[in-house]
Amino acid sequence: MKDYDKLIFEISKPGRKAYKLPPLDVEEQDLGAIIPKEFLNEEKLDLPEVSEVDVIRHYTNLSNKNYGVDTGFYPLGSCTMKYNPKINEEACRYSGFTNVHPLQSEDCSQGSLQLMYELQKTLCEIAGMDKMTLQPAAGAHGEITGVMLIKAYHEKRGDFNRNKIIVPDSAHGTNPATAAMAGYSIIEVKSNKNGLVDLEALRAAVGDDTAGLMLTNPNTLGLFEKDIKEIASIVHDAGGLLYYDGANMNAIMGHARPGDMGFDVIHYNLHKTFSTPHGGGGPGAGPVGCKEFLAEFLPVPVVEKDGDRYFLNYDYPNSIGKVKDFYGHFGILVRAYAYVLSMGSDGLKKASEIAVLNANYIKEKLKDYYYLPVDTLVKHEVVFDGLKEENGVTTLDVAKRLLDYGYHPPTVYFPLIVNEAMMIEPTETESKETIDGFIDAMIKIAKEADTDAEMLKTAPHDTIVRRPDETQAARNPVLKYEG
Amino acid sequence: MFPYIPHTSSDEQEILQTIGLNSIDQLFDDIPEDLRLRKPLNFPTSKSELEVRTYLKSLADKNCSLDDLTCFLGAGAYDHYIPSVIDAIISRSEFYTSYTPYQPEISQGTVQYIFEFQTLICNLTGMDVANASLYDGGTAVMEAALMACATSRKGEIIVSKGVSPDARKVLKTYAHAQKLTVVEVGIKDGVTDAEELEKLVSDDTAAVIVQNPNFFGVLEDLESLGEVAHKGKKTSFIASVSPMALGILKKPGDLGVDIVVGEGQPLGIPLSYGGPYLGFMATKEKYMRKLPGRIVGETVDVDGKRSFVLTLSAREQHIRREKATSNICSNQGLNTLAATIYMVTLGKEGLREVATQCAQKAHYAFNQLTKSGKYQPLFDKPFFMEFALKSDTSPDEINRALRNKNIVGGYDLSKEYPQYENAILYAVTEKRTKAEIEKLASVLEGIK
Repeated sequence: MKDYDKLIFEISKPGRKAYKLPPLDVEEQDLGAIIPKEFLNEEKLDLPEVSEVDVIRHYTNLSNKNYGVDTGFYPLGSCTMKYNPKINEEACRYSGFTNVHPLQSEDCSQGSLQLMYELQKTLCEIAGMDKMTLQPAAGAHGEITGVMLIKAYHEKRGDFNRNKIIVPDSAHGTNPATAAMAGYSIIEVKSNKNGLVDLEALRAAVGDDTAGLMLTNPNTLGLFEKDIKEIASIVHDAGGLLYYDGANMNAIMGHARPGDMGFDVIHYNLHKTFSTPHGGGGPGAGPVGCKEFLAEFLPVPVVEKDGDRYFLNYDYPNSIGKVKDFYGHFGILVRAYAYVLSMGSDGLKKASEIAVLNANYIKEKLKDYYYLPVDTLVKHEVVFDGLKEENGVTTLDVAKRLLDYGYHPPTVYFPLIVNEAMMIEPTETESKETIDGFIDAMIKIAKEADTDAEMLKTAPHDTIVRRPDETQAARNPVLKYEG
Repeated sequence: MFPYIPHTSSDEQEILQTIGLNSIDQLFDDIPEDLRLRKPLNFPTSKSELEVRTYLKSLADKNCSLDDLTCFLGAGAYDHYIPSVIDAIISRSEFYTSYTPYQPEISQGTVQYIFEFQTLICNLTGMDVANASLYDGGTAVMEAALMACATSRKGEIIVSKGVSPDARKVLKTYAHAQKLTVVEVGIKDGVTDAEELEKLVSDDTAAVIVQNPNFFGVLEDLESLGEVAHKGKKTSFIASVSPMALGILKKPGDLGVDIVVGEGQPLGIPLSYGGPYLGFMATKEKYMRKLPGRIVGETVDVDGKRSFVLTLSAREQHIRREKATSNICSNQGLNTLAATIYMVTLGKEGLREVATQCAQKAHYAFNQLTKSGKYQPLFDKPFFMEFALKSDTSPDEINRALRNKNIVGGYDLSKEYPQYENAILYAVTEKRTKAEIEKLASVLEGIK
């Protein structure tokens, strides 16, 4: 069924149904008698008509056009595509978790609240933070929640001049976008030749208008910012606070803690570090942790414990408010907690060790073929700057050729400070055999680039579609099916 | 050994040798010694799958599952029936273990269902373009308001108190950060006070936001409110709508709405203690390049074959950084798929049938509950599937009595609207039976 190319609308046929409702058992009234006609839509809905078999076949065929972690190796840098354990998926589907209304009374949701409370405590311990909110829906959502905590802190002190957030040029795009959305202007500081924050540039950037610094550590080059304590003093001495982007937390669990490095607030990506599935783009979860002095600003409600009873505490008069409906992506939190329990304190530490081991292995094996801007110990990921040999073959070509070999390509063209960036994050859940297979494919491609560049420029050759035209898609947008 | 870490100790040794290190510990030599954590993390060590399952099941069992109760609670999250096809498809690991479709060649499954989702949302709402979804209904309201402010370069947002309290709180959190003004317009007889709105709207107004059905379940006159909103120069009229109600109600696109948002949870997504749910957003074409979030478009590949890609990314954070339209970087992926499957499974006839059953049963319940006069309607206005009743008894007492009979009662409106004392908002979905509704009525009658 590789050639299946229909949209659901194209297999619709009048009269087909994929559902059956129980007969209406209350006395039926004319709809116009209960809802005035001026509100009612007289026309038929513009939705397809298909059978249940059609639904299942159609979406099963679509699934076959996808590649997931369960399909194969997915070394997408910065995304931590680790294996998604199956017990997580089972646990989040227990009826006591799925079939509970968020507004049911607290005595009806003690199990959910206990799970959230225990997860908060564990996440605090891993990060070296004091308090945690599980409300943010995703990493970027966690970022803006954290930056708003920083803002609330300055405002409460009557300090309204701090209107700038500093980000390194290697930062994720969400960092500057978040700071802007939180009402800040952005100062970008350059990285030094070793790929780390340039301390002199940072010193020049801070001042009495500095609200804070957003930093990933290890950074997006996979390098540990070894001067982090000095970075923290520079920012703190200027009166700013330090935000930790937890995207790369998989590198350091059990080995170092942002809270000990001087960070005041952090977010996690549960869909990266804590094995919850990426779901083709979401839903994720982006819990935010902070030091005690910022806790009064956390979004409400905060899950707390009083004796044996867990409860939602709304009594935070200085709270930034709410950042989303209800309490967070609970179903994702269950998965993350299942993972925390399964791995334990020892397993999480081990996970970071092997993630780092694997990244260094790939670095070592590929550095003769791909250009390595900084050859030093890396953490959980390694960034190459394209092929070592000049032969006109780009990072994009290498990525597309990898598809032919059955691998998901690395993250490409990020971080922006590396022109032909290919960012490889193997994670801890891949066997040596899998990683060796990937290394072999990368080496083969490097050799192909020397002998048959044209073949790489036209890759992939073995996928269901090949290099869809993105320019045309943006120039003449077709964003829905028009029949 | 850990089941999710395949390396044997000899694998580890071999790799260490290759990279020229003697121990795992040396992998962390770049972290200054005083920052190294030299003690174990302070929580239990790893557990077996059996232990994890037993423990999590015990936590789940501490909750009161609606499998064992009858639910008349709504107020933003609804107990609709979820067809089994949905979990069958979203449990396919090709969907749930994949990432954002950055590599279209191996993500056509994801990009195609997003394209279908965008189409379905446009068709239901009567709008031109839809994005690939947002976190939830509340953040969708906020994103719509920010988009209206950005496109009009104005900073005043007027929001009806008929919009869900959570959505208004989220809006205020973000508005504060961006120094935008949020003005609330009151409720008169259960609907947005159009006269007050008219006084508030000016050329400084970037957006007017209402909800339909509103938080009290009452139907708003979108067309008239839109006319009032549009008295402001370049003012965007934003409606947060129930996708279920669109099974029978007029399309917002036909009523002068510029930006339609809403909470997609009724479309096949479990209650799950409040999330993850699904926000959606659909607009007129003029907002297309200002939309937040992912958007999928149709194109062709090098062989001329129809294919789909993420598009218009010049709006987004990974390209535009601080100039992006929003910082959002994900969509609700798997929940978007669930809602897509729900909409096609119910289809042309089914969504109307479910919405009709909700309306019929809710009105039957309304009649049964108000028959004796002990409980009176808070508002005398047309509603869809939720309605508010007041009485002399406190909501706490009523809900306790119902709970003793395994019924989850309605939402105590005084929590967010102090002026509506002793008023409860009941939701009736297609899942409720005549017998359940009659039991609710009889327990309510029996409360002293």
